[in-house]
Amino acid sequence: MEAVRLALAITRRDRGARPPRPPTLILAPAVLVAAAMLLPIAYLVVRTAGAGEDAIHLLLRGRTLQVLANTALLALTVTAATSVLGVALAWLTVRTDLPLRRLWSVLLVLPLVVPSYVGGFVLVAAFGPRGMLQQVLAPLGVERLPDIYGFPGAMVALTLFSYPYVLLSVRGALAGMDPSPEEAARSLGCDLRSTLLRVVLPQLRPAIAAGALLVALYTLSDFGAVSLLQFESFTYQIYIQYQGSFDRTLAALFALVLVCLTVAVLYAEGRARGRAKYYRSTVGSIRPLPIVPLGRWRWPALASCGLTVMAALALPIFVLAFWLVQGMTAGQPLQLVWGPALNSAYASSVATVVIVAAAIPVAILAVRYQSPLSALVERTTYIGFALPGIVVALALVFFGVRYATPLYQTLAMLIFAYVVRFLPQAVGAARASLLQVSPRMEEAARSLGSSVPGTMARITIPLLRRGLLAGAGLVFLTVMKELPATLILSPIGFETLATSIWSTTGEGLFARAAVPALLLILVSFIPMAFMAMDDQSGQ
Amino acid sequence: MNLGRRISVIVAGASLVGLLVTSCAPAAAPQPAGKTAGTSQTTTGAPAKSSGVITVYSGRAKGLVGPLLDQVAKDIGVEVRVRYGDTAQLAAAILEEGNRTPADVFFAQDAGALGALSKAGQLTKLPDNILNRVDKKFQSVKGEWVGVSGRARVVAYNTQTLKEADLPESIWGFTDPKWKGRIGWPPTNGSFQAFVTAMRVLEGEAKAREWLKGIQANSPKVYRDNTTAIQAVASGEVQVAFINHYYLFGQLKEKGEYFAARNYYPKKGDVGALMNVAGAGILSTAKDKKAAEAFVEYLLSDGAQRYFAEQTYEYPMVQWIPTDPRILPLSQIQAPNIDLTNLDDLNGTLKLMQELGIL
Repeated sequence: MEAVRLALAITRRDRGARPPRPPTLILAPAVLVAAAMLLPIAYLVVRTAGAGEDAIHLLLRGRTLQVLANTALLALTVTAATSVLGVALAWLTVRTDLPLRRLWSVLLVLPLVVPSYVGGFVLVAAFGPRGMLQQVLAPLGVERLPDIYGFPGAMVALTLFSYPYVLLSVRGALAGMDPSPEEAARSLGCDLRSTLLRVVLPQLRPAIAAGALLVALYTLSDFGAVSLLQFESFTYQIYIQYQGSFDRTLAALFALVLVCLTVAVLYAEGRARGRAKYYRSTVGSIRPLPIVPLGRWRWPALASCGLTVMAALALPIFVLAFWLVQGMTAGQPLQLVWGPALNSAYASSVATVVIVAAAIPVAILAVRYQSPLSALVERTTYIGFALPGIVVALALVFFGVRYATPLYQTLAMLIFAYVVRFLPQAVGAARASLLQVSPRMEEAARSLGSSVPGTMARITIPLLRRGLLAGAGLVFLTVMKELPATLILSPIGFETLATSIWSTTGEGLFARAAVPALLLILVSFIPMAFMAMDDQSGQ
Repeated sequence: MNLGRRISVIVAGASLVGLLVTSCAPAAAPQPAGKTAGTSQTTTGAPAKSSGVITVYSGRAKGLVGPLLDQVAKDIGVEVRVRYGDTAQLAAAILEEGNRTPADVFFAQDAGALGALSKAGQLTKLPDNILNRVDKKFQSVKGEWVGVSGRARVVAYNTQTLKEADLPESIWGFTDPKWKGRIGWPPTNGSFQAFVTAMRVLEGEAKAREWLKGIQANSPKVYRDNTTAIQAVASGEVQVAFINHYYLFGQLKEKGEYFAARNYYPKKGDVGALMNVAGAGILSTAKDKKAAEAFVEYLLSDGAQRYFAEQTYEYPMVQWIPTDPRILPLSQIQAPNIDLTNLDDLNGTLKLMQELGIL
């Protein structure tokens, strides 16, 4: 008991000291970024202004509220499941002697690149009532598998394809953690279990919260998985409004309700992240992190990594390859799509650089200059991520065509759309990583005469490297698969892998969708492998 | 420092890739597969050459119409720039863009989306030489959009468990409790909603409500679109589904003849065999109206119509073009006699479906 308290005392420090006023160089870009993030809300307000009584009536009917409650429940469950899975896998790949852990750490992140509109199809094809698994079991007399549709299916799909959010965020925190509290706890007689639960886990709190927040908001915004697995979520309702009635007012009204739900989630996360300090406050050299030997636990550990990779990565690849072979056997030609692959890689790389750059001032402001304003700026960046892609796309159509006509439907506009949609992924990762850096370093640099930009460039950003790279990885993978904004806002004729997949799956041409889908996974593999190698050299 | 350098390397690398992409983009565009419009096309009825550049928003997938649209420049000299997307989402985008829309022509998957643009005053009247090529049933009353290809409502059935003889003559037969748990439908799909609207127009509000409730009582499985529905039929997840006819043929092409689903056209001339159209309209803000008209005319040329019949397995809108032999010809379908323009009361349909808890 005493040991734990002592260990924690090392990490938590004085609270309550008044934060300094942020320099304009950080405040101005951060506020500018946040203002851009408000565009979708401004659009929704403009659109809802014309809502009549009918719309309000439809909004308040029992079914809408039921759907809202179901959606909240789905978000909660998926968040809980991904948190458990993500933390466990992160710890195994960073802090244990798990065999082949470099390989696992690359493979376990990749499911993020499987678009939910592909993942959903694959799950139904494999585990549907009469899917591939049933075909295999048919000789044993299995006529039909239990229904995967509805809540369980949607939950499993979203968990499998979004747990990497938690994994990546927690992995960064685990790798950048100061080992001394753990060592203190262990030397004072704590066993491994209680050290993990009472020293390591509490320090991971902001990282888990950051990852879980992304999962929760992603769940709110997803359309592909929920529609394929027949779970009626709120986003599904919004799509139906566009689909059936071309009623943008009603859709906007529904989307505003989703914004309210997002604010509630953000509030909950704000409470969960806490106000503790997570950097080392004492003098000491940085030592390599202790590696926990797994012993015979190595087998269950390997099994859980293997199962996750099987279900979330190997299965989609297998099913896609199956479709491809089936199509070729039926006489379909093999069409390689290098043009779209290049386009995807190009747009994703540019977007990643821009998004990471935009995230830096927001993260610094939120961590180093805590105030209601900085909290508001940081939280605002999350709005675009929680909204269905089509809503963000239409918001940018509305503003783009009116106020940025020369840029409308250019690559610049598309990149801007990606920023609005995916910025929080980089902000969260940068923030979690900055929390582990002591402000004393920056203060020392400043006191030695370094300017604000100089300090940022030479001290803060290099120390944030791990977090920024993790954020960059997340952003790259998600931009690769982005669809609704790409369809509407890209330069005309700019085909990406995601749009190639979409244009064929929509018509049920799966053999033709398989090639771009497999390429998407392949191209995404490259930066992930680089990141893993970089991790290795850093240690 | 290290990171700064890294970032600049990434930026430089990315721009290099970008240059490469832009410089080789035309060459990288995928070539149309197999038999294209060009090879199967004769020039009879094709419009004269004109020139110009137009922007088309196409709600029809590139996989289906890409090879045809790639052919336009060669055939009539109009350069076509195409934005592919979801029909409803593109319609919403055009409504948002208003007068500033870059689109000159909207090529939509269903008449509902064209109707929405027409209602908002964003479409212009098409010239008579275009309208005259198509049956009045398949165009807007105001002449602001025209059907380009037709798709019939069918009942897709699983061939392992059912024979055509097992299926009822009318879609009313599916309200029988013996179909409980065996039906699939895509209620959010535009064609399905058009079909419900047709039922309301033909048989009255009360009957439509009765039918929907009857099917609901048989706990239908809800699919998000025609594609997922027909796959569920083939796998045996459900035994029948209410969808459009042409999805079957894409599946047969990919999965081979063993694909365990086929189309059934309800025999009695009720709404079960309604004909829907994919169509096109010209935006009133189109910069080069002549070129836009030439393009729409091209879609109705013999060659293009033959393309729809042979490559996408749809019904040509121009009467003398034959349908694919595997498709029940238009003359044999006992389609209800209904004017598609009467189907604009989509809101009433949505209200009804919302009220019944289907949407």
